[in-house]
Amino acid sequence: MLPRKLRIATTSLSGCFGCHMSFLDIDERLIELAGLVEFDRSPITDIKHCSQRCDVALIEGGVCNAENVHVLRELRANAKTLVALGACAVNGGLPAQRNHLDVGRCLSQVYRTPDGTAAAIPNDPELPLLLDKVYPINEIVRVDYFLPGCPPSGDTIWKFLTDLLTGRTPRIEHPLLKFD
Amino acid sequence: MSEANNANTFSIDGQRIAFEPGQTILQAALAAGVYIPHLCHHPDLKPHGSCKLCTVVVNGRNGSACTQKAMPGLEVENNSPALNDRRRVLLQMLFVEGNHFCPGCEKSGNCQLQALAYDLEMLTPHFRHAFPVRQVDTSHPDVWLDRNRCVMCELCVRASRDLDGKNVFMLAGRGADSKIVVNSPSGLLGDSELAPDDRAAQVCPVGAILPKRVGYAVPIGQRQFDAQPISRQVDYLAGRHLADAETEVR
Repeated sequence: MLPRKLRIATTSLSGCFGCHMSFLDIDERLIELAGLVEFDRSPITDIKHCSQRCDVALIEGGVCNAENVHVLRELRANAKTLVALGACAVNGGLPAQRNHLDVGRCLSQVYRTPDGTAAAIPNDPELPLLLDKVYPINEIVRVDYFLPGCPPSGDTIWKFLTDLLTGRTPRIEHPLLKFD
Repeated sequence: MSEANNANTFSIDGQRIAFEPGQTILQAALAAGVYIPHLCHHPDLKPHGSCKLCTVVVNGRNGSACTQKAMPGLEVENNSPALNDRRRVLLQMLFVEGNHFCPGCEKSGNCQLQALAYDLEMLTPHFRHAFPVRQVDTSHPDVWLDRNRCVMCELCVRASRDLDGKNVFMLAGRGADSKIVVNSPSGLLGDSELAPDDRAAQVCPVGAILPKRVGYAVPIGQRQFDAQPISRQVDYLAGRHLADAETEVR
């Protein structure tokens, strides 16, 4: 009997989808991967919420708004192994450069005209509120593995996944380890 | 003669290292081609002892290889899992203390802090980020200063004082509030005597003091720490690359 396929969930919080694109950069190895895993909730599937307990959750992006927190907690609750994928998830990344600014002033700057009249900051309750700062995901939930890089290269992601899928402790070192 | 030579040796991880009297453990190690992780040491400047990355076990006790003198018969433990674990923690502390967003930093690939983190396989800064808000000084026409990336190694302070003779930089404040300040009436870099050719403007091991208008000039793959990890670049760290380049020109 073939071993059970591992279930992988992925999501992008305050990410740019670059880590997902870098994941797709493993190119034809995706076909090999498809033989080993199946995908649960992910931007590349149509599953809205984790349908069952997953083995691995790959999280791209930091945590910048309330919805990010809910999504992150859902994936943590439904995944055995949760992975911070990319610089944003690991340390907030470039979006965290807003952390030295006041979030209210950021929104005013973007949504209001200079005289403060013509446009307003969106206030529909459907929209998630921004947090005061952008947080790395390990400041919200426990994280099992970190894979830095902006983005981690396809080869790095492949090395990490193959280590994980074959039961080895993932090891990323020169030249696969990059922060930029 | 051979007896005298024998007297001036010590061991690092069991390897015999010869030293000149007066050399520190780190200087002797680098001269012998043995790598000890370090950040605040520079071959042209006096030891500082602030980064603590060069902490080694000397005859059973912890000591900074950059400040401790080499002595005959010392037994130094350097490349051990326990020491490297502690070095990794020190790096994590430096990373969360500042804003080290490598993806947007011009020094990425040429940065010693980053290279050390790669070499010691630091995958996460682990601790809670401080996200400090420190002043960025762009007042100088040719050099800019981002205090959020400063690791307070004081290499710029020492280079300006001991090599340039200008005393442009100094460390002020206490504890977590410590920061690099500029010794000019306004406190701005633009009002100091700093010139872009000064050693102080070039010695920064991280992306805190950078020349203007030349960022991202080196292609990815050709930067200092792209090809080889920092632990394999002992010649670079010992300053021998400069001497070699001069020899080649001659």
